[in-house]
Amino acid sequence: MSPVPEIAQQLRQFIIDNFLFGQDGDGLSDGDSLLDQGIVDSMGVMELVGFLEATYGITIEDQELIPDNLDSIDKLVKFLTRKLQRVS
Amino acid sequence: MLVDEFLEHSARRFPDKTAVVCGNRRLAYREIEEQSNRLALALIGEGVQRGDRIAIYLDNSVEAVLSVFAILKAGAVFLVVNPSTKGDKLSYILNNCRAVALIADAKKLDGLKDRWAHTPHLRSVFVVGQDAAGPPANGLKLIGLETVLYHRDAPSQSPPKRHIDIDLAALIYTSGSTGRPKGVMLTHLNIASAATSITTYLENVPADIILNVLPLSFDYGLYQALMAFKVGATLVLERSFAYPYAVVETLIREKVTGFPIVPTMSAVLLQLDLQKYDFSSLRYITNTAAALPPHHIQQLRKLFGHVKLYSMYGLTECKRVSYLPPDQIDVRPTSVGKGMPNEEVYIVDEEGRRVGPGVVGELVVRGSNVMKGYWELPGETDKVLKPGPLPGEKVLYTGDLFKMDHEGYLYFVGRKDDIIKSRGEKVSPKEIEDVLYALDGIAEAAVVGVPDPVLGQAIKAVVTRRAGACLTQQDILRHCAQHLEDFMVPKFVEFRESLPKTSSGKISRRELTVAVGEGT
Repeated sequence: MSPVPEIAQQLRQFIIDNFLFGQDGDGLSDGDSLLDQGIVDSMGVMELVGFLEATYGITIEDQELIPDNLDSIDKLVKFLTRKLQRVS
Repeated sequence: MLVDEFLEHSARRFPDKTAVVCGNRRLAYREIEEQSNRLALALIGEGVQRGDRIAIYLDNSVEAVLSVFAILKAGAVFLVVNPSTKGDKLSYILNNCRAVALIADAKKLDGLKDRWAHTPHLRSVFVVGQDAAGPPANGLKLIGLETVLYHRDAPSQSPPKRHIDIDLAALIYTSGSTGRPKGVMLTHLNIASAATSITTYLENVPADIILNVLPLSFDYGLYQALMAFKVGATLVLERSFAYPYAVVETLIREKVTGFPIVPTMSAVLLQLDLQKYDFSSLRYITNTAAALPPHHIQQLRKLFGHVKLYSMYGLTECKRVSYLPPDQIDVRPTSVGKGMPNEEVYIVDEEGRRVGPGVVGELVVRGSNVMKGYWELPGETDKVLKPGPLPGEKVLYTGDLFKMDHEGYLYFVGRKDDIIKSRGEKVSPKEIEDVLYALDGIAEAAVVGVPDPVLGQAIKAVVTRRAGACLTQQDILRHCAQHLEDFMVPKFVEFRESLPKTSSGKISRRELTVAVGEGT
């Protein structure tokens, strides 16, 4: 399993490439809500979920699609760490 | 009727009934009434006069809803600015209407600091989520909104009315062909008329529970709050549709009866596995903004068999034009129906003569829901508000081309001008082109709409680069995202060596539209 800082960096890069069109992500801290910052909408969440499933080989259940799991880099890292532990 | 009376009447009839559910907060009509009275009194205390303009720059929230009513109670005019609006456009809007106060989230304040020097009419900012609002900046007074709302010793009576129903209630900014947004002026009478017509055909009752995920800056979202309060129903407010399962869970938990959607939402809904949910409380779904693709209608009908599905059409200048009675949706799924109650609609040719079935012409709307005009733009106003049947009367020329069938049902055909309709928002190609031209390396730019089954039209930028410039698609989209609201950022970028020109040497959007439309 990738170490946490590496996962955080991969997620940040995905968000920058796909939702910020390559803008530098300096203004985005790991705790910021992606929704509050206007970074994702419903299509964005679907793309993010597709990326997580493809990159980390996990399956995300419908009931896991909630802001508590997905709405910031910090929350995504925690959620992913939990999921990956279950897989391994 | 005054729009602020929607709340006041319901607060008298149902003081303890839940008016708004938002996240884990539930507020009764009495609480909304008292808190908005306190804010209204505070606004008056800050010197707000009858007819002054006040901007709300907030995400969907309890504060946004009660600010609307507080501003009206103070006799002022509200405008809800899309929270994804960037700083320079926000300043333009604030200056255009000479707004005297702004209600904004503390998280947004830092990004706005540099703007205060350029908004000379603004005197106070009510800040949500920050108690001690800090020292004034550039002569601006910062006031913590919560300290006003929750000040228990402060009076909570409604201030005496100083406005009447032909006074302005709202400005709603919409794209104009010049590239600058225009403020649609709506009176209390305009809004009350539209809200009465719509709640009549939707058969809304106090027992209704309406789930709104659409931004309040979008008139379709705003009216969910206004109409819920008008009939004394409950409004369940969500920030967005970003987490559709969470929204569906809310819908089930709150026993929602009415669910307004747009086609992008139906596209997401139909991807979800919804078999396990019990939708028996849901009474109706409405759709507007762009027509639902026929296969969406079929699937929605299958999924929500007992639910009345309303297909509707409208424009900000008159709020709503038409609705298709739900029993007609399987018969004529591509129609947007007929004019709503207490409104007349007809189709005219180039000379303004009414045309019969099957003939394409411009749709005209006559009714007390039609706007007063565009804020301080008499020339633009005269282009759309033209003399009607009665002496001195004005009717709305929509700029939308329609035809009707033999039974009078309406079908949308296209726009008369270059305006793009994407996600139901009017988008000015000029506004996007102006932003593109500001990017180094762009030689020429033209923006057109291409047919899209879900968006109605998707935005496409066709550009040529300066010699030696190595701009990529990502560079262009990044630049657009920094300067435009989300819904204006192009979906496609095409690079060309040259753009087609008219005989006078201007870039021909029309020629591009034809070519692009054929290619997709």
